[in-house]
Amino acid sequence: MNFETTIGLEVHVELKTNSKIFSPSPVQFGAESNANTNVIDWGYPGVLPTANKGVVEAGIKAATALHAEIEHETYFDRKNYFYPDNPKAYQITQHEKPIAHDGWIEIEVDGQKKKVGIEEMHIEEDAGKNTHENDYSYVDLNRQGTPLIEIVSKPEINSPAEAYAYCEALRQRIQFTGVSDVKMEEGSMRVDVNISIRPAGSDKFGVKTEMKNLNSFTYVKKSLEFEEQRQQRVLMSGGQVQQETRRFDEVSGQTILMRVKEGSDDYRYFPEPDVPAVSISDDWIKTVQKTIPEMPGSRRDRYVNEFGLTAYDAGVLTQTKEMSDFFDATVKEGADPKLTSNYLQGDVNAFLNENKVDLQDTKLTPTNLAGMIKMISDETISSKIAKKVFKAIMQGTEPVKWVNDKGLIQLSDPAKLQPIIDNVLDNNQQSIDDFKNGKDRAIGFLVGQIMKQTHGQANPKVVNKLLMTSLKAR
Amino acid sequence: MAEERINAEQVAHVAGLAKLEFTPDQLETFTGQLEKIIGMFEELSQVDTEGIPVTSRVTDRHNALREDVAVKSDERAALLANAPETANGLIKVPAIIDESGDGE
Repeated sequence: MNFETTIGLEVHVELKTNSKIFSPSPVQFGAESNANTNVIDWGYPGVLPTANKGVVEAGIKAATALHAEIEHETYFDRKNYFYPDNPKAYQITQHEKPIAHDGWIEIEVDGQKKKVGIEEMHIEEDAGKNTHENDYSYVDLNRQGTPLIEIVSKPEINSPAEAYAYCEALRQRIQFTGVSDVKMEEGSMRVDVNISIRPAGSDKFGVKTEMKNLNSFTYVKKSLEFEEQRQQRVLMSGGQVQQETRRFDEVSGQTILMRVKEGSDDYRYFPEPDVPAVSISDDWIKTVQKTIPEMPGSRRDRYVNEFGLTAYDAGVLTQTKEMSDFFDATVKEGADPKLTSNYLQGDVNAFLNENKVDLQDTKLTPTNLAGMIKMISDETISSKIAKKVFKAIMQGTEPVKWVNDKGLIQLSDPAKLQPIIDNVLDNNQQSIDDFKNGKDRAIGFLVGQIMKQTHGQANPKVVNKLLMTSLKAR
Repeated sequence: MAEERINAEQVAHVAGLAKLEFTPDQLETFTGQLEKIIGMFEELSQVDTEGIPVTSRVTDRHNALREDVAVKSDERAALLANAPETANGLIKVPAIIDESGDGE
């Protein structure tokens, strides 16, 4: 029997605002436990939560990046549940009138492009963090009130590979808006998935199972692949899939039953009385939209059309906003786009991989990279010397002065090179004879000698030209 | 008596959501009381609300928004002092098994 797979994703993205969604406490990763909290975060009676304008604007930006319709009259709802990471015993979220709905993003799997619909996107507060040890749990409320956006896909994803591509595309688009770092490893992006299968051609969805808080896009794909197979086995053997929450075991690559869902969750939503509704005018939307950085697609077109890069290079450079911003800044400083692209994808990338750091954690600046590339372009330095300069700029060194101070400027002046060449030729009669006898390898040896004499600073092009002329003259 | 507005099973369900435990006697008492309270509210249904949009909040304030500026409270010690038990700046509570798996 053939089955069709239906996958839905709920993605939480932590917003990179200065303060929390309903309290002015700082939003900051890695602060001392409970230091970034106040009476509002602790849910004290009588406090006045006040919505953060920056969160609404981040919501407008994210919604725009997801091609979603922004709600002009949006409000918050209370979702009631008891858990120690949630001192108010309710979460302020959006249930009835989320800030945005009906968007889409484009994904690509094996060269096939597809639009995946976004059901809705809402803004809400995060809960605190629990750790468990022995017979106790320990609560840190620093994360309580951190603004989140939750993005709910339409059930239009039909394979684990598409789910992976959706996560990638979503991460990239959100990252380019600048509203979040969207880092899985720091928890600023969290993914819940649900999956069901049905016999091909059936018009009724099958029973779905859920997996929450998957740690990486790879686990999203692997857990869905396992679950797709498992559900097929259940149905093929005449059984029924249970509506349940399962956990992905990273070691075995299997999903394991956590709990069977009995009926729908009973959160008793109602309109949040403490926080007034938010009206979003077209003018406000336009003003905010003007501040959204250029999206990856537009950057790729620009790189290909204006800078003459290949589509592949443009794709690699726009994988992350920081890389793309760095590229733009370097080119703006006057560096050749193709050379800049080569350096970022080659030496810089190798450095990042080797040291396991992100670009913004290095001492490299666009100005210094551009400084070096300009010296390569105008032949002030040779590509061999550039290797040394590269090491220096990775340490934060200003390259032009450094090259001057170290005397590494490429020797291109024929008047200075000719005597050196003559000297090398005078001392290597054997090589001259070899050359005359048609042994081209002799040239390599002679160039090597000249380079040695000039400590690698001779301009190879000029040396070659002068050497050939001199050899023929002998 | 008019038709049943709430039954003991529903009261027990709501109590469960609020982490409350009632004895059968209490359940009976509260069910009766809630029955009356809901009955009082039903008087409101006499008001003609035809064509009136649903009211989701009672103030007509909009956009009471705050600029995104962080302010550190410096109340950590005072806040923690109100917790029944703490350890290393964390609130210490009886072990919880994450059965909700939710919170978002």
